[in-house]
Amino acid sequence: MGKKIEIHDFEPKIMAFVCKWCTYSGADLAGTSRMDYSPNVRMIRLPCSGRIDPQFMIKAFEQGADGVIISGCHPGDCHYNEGNYYARRRNTTFRQLMDFHGIDIERIEFSWISAAEAIKWTEVIDAFTEKVRELGRHPQYDDEIVDPYAQFLVQKDQESA
Amino acid sequence: MAKIGVFVCQCGNNIARTVDTAEVAKYCGEQDGVVHVEDYKFMCSAPGQEMFKKAIKEKGLDACIVSACSPKMHEATFRNAAEAAGLNPFKVEIANIREHCSWVHDDKAVGTVKSKDLTKMMIERIKFNKPLERYVMPLTKRALVLGGGIAGIQAALDLAQAGVDVHIVEREPSLGGNMARLSETFPTLDCSQCIMTPRMVEVQNHPLITVHAYAELEQLSGYIGNFRARIRQKAKYVIDDLCTGCGECWEKCPFSTESEFEMGLVKRPIIYIPFPQAVPTVPVIDNTECPKILKDKCGLCADVCGPDCIDFTQQDEIKEIDFGAIIVATGFQLMPNVYREYGGWRPPHMTPKKLTAKQRKALPRSDAGRLVDVINGLEFERLASASGPTGGQIRRPSDGKIPEVVVFIACVGSRDCNKGVEYCSKICCMYTAKHTMLYQHAVHHGKSYVFYMDIRAGGKGYEEFINRAQDEGAQYVRGRVSRLTKKGDKILVKGADTLTGQAVDVEADMVVLATAMVPQGDSEQVAQTLGIGYDKHGFFSEQHPKLMPVESSTGGIFLAGACQGVKDIPETVAQASATAAKVLGLFSKDEMMRDPEIAIVDQEKCMNCWDCVTVCPYLAISRVELKDRNGNFRKWAAEVNPGLCQGCGICNTACRSKSIELMGYTNEQVYAQITAFGGDII
Repeated sequence: MGKKIEIHDFEPKIMAFVCKWCTYSGADLAGTSRMDYSPNVRMIRLPCSGRIDPQFMIKAFEQGADGVIISGCHPGDCHYNEGNYYARRRNTTFRQLMDFHGIDIERIEFSWISAAEAIKWTEVIDAFTEKVRELGRHPQYDDEIVDPYAQFLVQKDQESA
Repeated sequence: MAKIGVFVCQCGNNIARTVDTAEVAKYCGEQDGVVHVEDYKFMCSAPGQEMFKKAIKEKGLDACIVSACSPKMHEATFRNAAEAAGLNPFKVEIANIREHCSWVHDDKAVGTVKSKDLTKMMIERIKFNKPLERYVMPLTKRALVLGGGIAGIQAALDLAQAGVDVHIVEREPSLGGNMARLSETFPTLDCSQCIMTPRMVEVQNHPLITVHAYAELEQLSGYIGNFRARIRQKAKYVIDDLCTGCGECWEKCPFSTESEFEMGLVKRPIIYIPFPQAVPTVPVIDNTECPKILKDKCGLCADVCGPDCIDFTQQDEIKEIDFGAIIVATGFQLMPNVYREYGGWRPPHMTPKKLTAKQRKALPRSDAGRLVDVINGLEFERLASASGPTGGQIRRPSDGKIPEVVVFIACVGSRDCNKGVEYCSKICCMYTAKHTMLYQHAVHHGKSYVFYMDIRAGGKGYEEFINRAQDEGAQYVRGRVSRLTKKGDKILVKGADTLTGQAVDVEADMVVLATAMVPQGDSEQVAQTLGIGYDKHGFFSEQHPKLMPVESSTGGIFLAGACQGVKDIPETVAQASATAAKVLGLFSKDEMMRDPEIAIVDQEKCMNCWDCVTVCPYLAISRVELKDRNGNFRKWAAEVNPGLCQGCGICNTACRSKSIELMGYTNEQVYAQITAFGGDII
């Protein structure tokens, strides 16, 4: 304890999707050890990193998240034997699709954090918050609809109404 | 419209110091659907829980959020309280504002904002929580014990004494395992057979224990409480019920082969019991050697058999039996191929795969250039055993001479990942000390040397035992042996004493290797048959190394003894009794309750891509045909077996048509939680 929280001009919003066996417990340990990390993160507890749907990330960005963290048990440690391997494979393939989609993949952090790695959790959060702070606000969904044709349709719809 | 209650806990000062709980409660009260808020000092205390129950009853709440500590701490507490108050327990969620907020952020303003946000996300989420009912599963109160060594015997006896029906499946013709081979046990020098054989007989005579000797588990299906095992009873060619164990047949059998039980030191007949005290005392015919079975010659055993119990036409028999729990106690072997490093000679049966008579004939039989008198620990046990091939006199295998100088080499294959395994085999220090004592007791003028790396004698009375071995004349030399060579009828042991920094040469009559303890050769196949995890050496993995040391990674399958890791006899027995206690705990109820947080398929939406079937780590999803009311095939769909599903949700993510949902973590719930995100972050 003791680190005074410094408020910057821009505070990134970060969403974390974590597995309940490893990373969530690791974050619990950070709490019981009274560690200190940046408060910009909101965590969603899921049973396994294999449950993390890439669409959750898109939804988070849509909701104004500036960065997304995905974390689960280390390879070989999955409570469900192989869930984190699916998460890893999904992440590697989906990153490219995210890139194509226009989401800066620098804003997606993937890391293995075990239930004992409270220090790693705080380090990942602090480093990623700092990184996203430098990247700035996520611009993708500033305008709700950027597709000109869709905008045209909406306009038409509004006019007729 | 939801009627949600929010209960913000101050946790004494733990939360209240950095979170303005009153402010959080006020903010939550303004949220859509929230009809009741509380801000209390200790929600988990008895008055706090009473308040929680009272609010549910009086306000008719249909969902509750407790903003407090981690769900690992008190989720169960509040869910039970809700159940007592008549609310479905799965309509209670915890927002973690202690471990994830108040304890990690020092600033009260920041903590309050984050707590509000975390609670609000939960409020949005709980609107989509469905009331769930726990599943009631049937339970077969019968246990299967794999392996009839000391671990299996102990577990079976403990269970049977508590009134559980137990079946033991043993691969060899007799119970006993490796412990039956030992002459005496450390650190008390108890005779192993004297303490082992009464237990074997007790197993045999117990009305609740069924022994399937000379049988193997072929297939296992089902799940905790409801396993179905396919057991292959190998053909013994002897009718169990008729055989009296008189011994006429094995005394008259004119053919012989190396005895597996005696580690190939002597021969046994083709129709045999492994050792005189075998249980059951029913001989088996080795069908890879018997000339009657192979080429229809001989048949002497059938002629001499009084009760006419020999049947050469017998076939393997398949038995299908239902079990509720399984104890795996398949034991260990000594590292089989380490002899080559030391120039030792092995009887062919020690090669990993059992050979046919024809293959065996093709192997070289001569021991030219090989060191017959280099033996392993278990072989020494047989030499020292009163019931062994030499009747308890220690005589070396090559010429039967009593060895005057014996060198014991510790850590052969252990603690060396280049030549063997990385781990310490744990028991070798102790049994080497025991061997020196047994040798000194049998050969008073003999000289014994022990080459060791370190002495690891952690155990009750173990260090004292090592000291006693040294007092009784064993010469301990700290150092490794570089090579063994033949010198006349002796073996020249070239070693080093690292404490004095000198080379040590010993001309030994016999060398005993304390070879590493490794899992049974087929342990990986066994693990795959059972569907349990195993480590890189082939030892079966426990669920948790500290807190769940006897549970395997699959529910209802427990691990006992050296199949899980290197162990001595007291540890094995303790672990076997622990598995029995676990099984009794499982069998203490008439039905099993299963957590309802498992996957459910919307079979109408399912479009048969079978991705879920592929990804499921527990093989819990199967393909079923849906029929219309006339019984005609309508469509295919996936179906989840609630007994097997562990609730990981991998299928939910993989499902393309979004027709499979993990209860408690549905897409709706997670999306609702994400949608609530996006307000002030600090």
